Amino acid sequence: MSTEKTIDRLSAPPKPGRWIMPGLGLIQGLVISGKNAIQSYYKKDRMTTIQYPEQRAVISPNFRNFPFLCYDGDAATGLRCTACSICENECPPQCIYIVLERDENGKSLKRPKVFDIDISVCMNCGICAEVCPFDSIYMDGEYEMSTDDRFGGLMLGLDRLAKSAEYHMKLRPEEASAVMAKRKAEEEKKAAAAAAKAAKAKADLEAKAKAAAEAKAQADTEQKGESA
Amino acid sequence: MTIDYTDDDQLLRVSLGPQHPSTHGVFRMNVVLDGETVVSLKSVFGYLHRNHEKIAESVTYLSSMPYTDRLDYICPLTNNWALAHAVEKLAGIEVPERAEFIRVITAELTRLINHTAFMGFILGDMGAWGSALMYAFREREKILDLFEDLTGARMMSNFMRYGGCRNDLPAGWADRCSKVVDDYGPFLDELEKFLVGNEILLARTQDVGQLPQKTLINGGITGPMLRAAGVNYDIRKVEPYGIYDRFDFRIPLGVKGDCYDRIMIRFLEMRESLKILRQALDQLPAGDYIHPKAKIRNFKPPVGEAYARIEGPKGELGFHLISDGTVNPFRYRIRPPSFINLTLLEDMCLGLDLADVVIILGSVDIVLGEVDR
Repeated sequence: MSTEKTIDRLSAPPKPGRWIMPGLGLIQGLVISGKNAIQSYYKKDRMTTIQYPEQRAVISPNFRNFPFLCYDGDAATGLRCTACSICENECPPQCIYIVLERDENGKSLKRPKVFDIDISVCMNCGICAEVCPFDSIYMDGEYEMSTDDRFGGLMLGLDRLAKSAEYHMKLRPEEASAVMAKRKAEEEKKAAAAAAKAAKAKADLEAKAKAAAEAKAQADTEQKGESA
Repeated sequence: MTIDYTDDDQLLRVSLGPQHPSTHGVFRMNVVLDGETVVSLKSVFGYLHRNHEKIAESVTYLSSMPYTDRLDYICPLTNNWALAHAVEKLAGIEVPERAEFIRVITAELTRLINHTAFMGFILGDMGAWGSALMYAFREREKILDLFEDLTGARMMSNFMRYGGCRNDLPAGWADRCSKVVDDYGPFLDELEKFLVGNEILLARTQDVGQLPQKTLINGGITGPMLRAAGVNYDIRKVEPYGIYDRFDFRIPLGVKGDCYDRIMIRFLEMRESLKILRQALDQLPAGDYIHPKAKIRNFKPPVGEAYARIEGPKGELGFHLISDGTVNPFRYRIRPPSFINLTLLEDMCLGLDLADVVIILGSVDIVLGEVDR
């Protein structure tokens, strides 16, 4: 088998003996463009214009635009984000800014006080969503985001970033239900672990009490023996 | 090659660009004309410089991936593959079979996009704005829809990962892809009939911008430009990467290496791409789309150095990486095919008319995002 294939050249001035009417290629081209022009009036797959604000194109659910933060239940308390700053570090154009919320003693509350994404810098790559270990940040499909305020309007804070888990479920049902199942399993595991821990603590306590009682009993008998 | 000319007032100096009407990008050519003949051509570029190589040294390996989409923005997926290939070579990561098939499918679709768009652009260079470009972009849009469903974005795909791909094919994607592949052949027949028989195209492209094979090889020219001159050099055959050695396809070669051959070779390459796509879609195995042990976050390759190259639609696209064992590369260097193919522009244009310069620039097939980086 040869790996090569050579071009058959058409020559511009036709070779002697192969007379071609000059301009035949042009006419052929005109026929093709005429055919395409006519087809564009009746063929379904050629009529692709969409009257935009009234009609909308169907967009793939996998389409990604800008990130959003997912919360369960209430927006103020249910944020999944723990302000771990992994996305902040991995973001290629460095457009994420996170401040961790702390209580008055300086102890971490594991939630963001400030979470800003500058979407005038964001390059829609989706790496933040990919690296997030807490299932918190996802890429949105929202695209009508034009604004006349090019500083404040393009700086998304927590108020505009936080979106509910139901929104995620509506946006990408497959991904969201997989995440929900995973989170539920984790929670059950955690609850089971906590229950096991509590049971173990209780058992330990009982065992300790029993041991103490036994020791006391033994000491009592010994004392009795001594006194006798 | 240079043409000696006396610097008197009879010469005309023309600055083509930077906002060139054929919109290959922000590229400027300082042309000296003697009458209508080009006697000197100096290219000026760098208007689109974004400091990609230096930025890559201060971000993680993963964060460099979306920047490669912006190199040659017509074909982001082959750029992704080139970087992933280099990092995999550097860190010795295995790629699962299914991921290799997905990569081949996306890369060959990218080649179709690039060559189809090229047909539109070169016709634009010849003054035929409209029909050819619109037909080309109509078909390109079908492939971009596939890419949007697969990668989440039409052009800025950010799809390949070190050890595989970011996600698996969505449900029904392979079927839709094979429909697009089946419809592509008839479209190519039509486009070829539309363009290649055209006397104006023949008159304007034949015997324009030829260079001897020796000059092309010495200049480091790769890709369709080199093969149009008859040099049998395609990295998919010379140094097979991925799983290209499993497919049955041929390398088209040109005869003269003029602009006509450069157009024709792309038509033939697209047909070979369709052949590869059909085989890949038929043989697509089940399995992992990414290596189960591939690290996404906090990825640190061992200390070392690697250069890996792939056959991009425009030529040899290579990445040279030096790792010092940290999360950031120590040195990150790209070998861009557009930029190196552009270096012989003056040699091709000297002695020809000004109108030919535009066609020759178009036939090199450059994307300024890659030239300036």
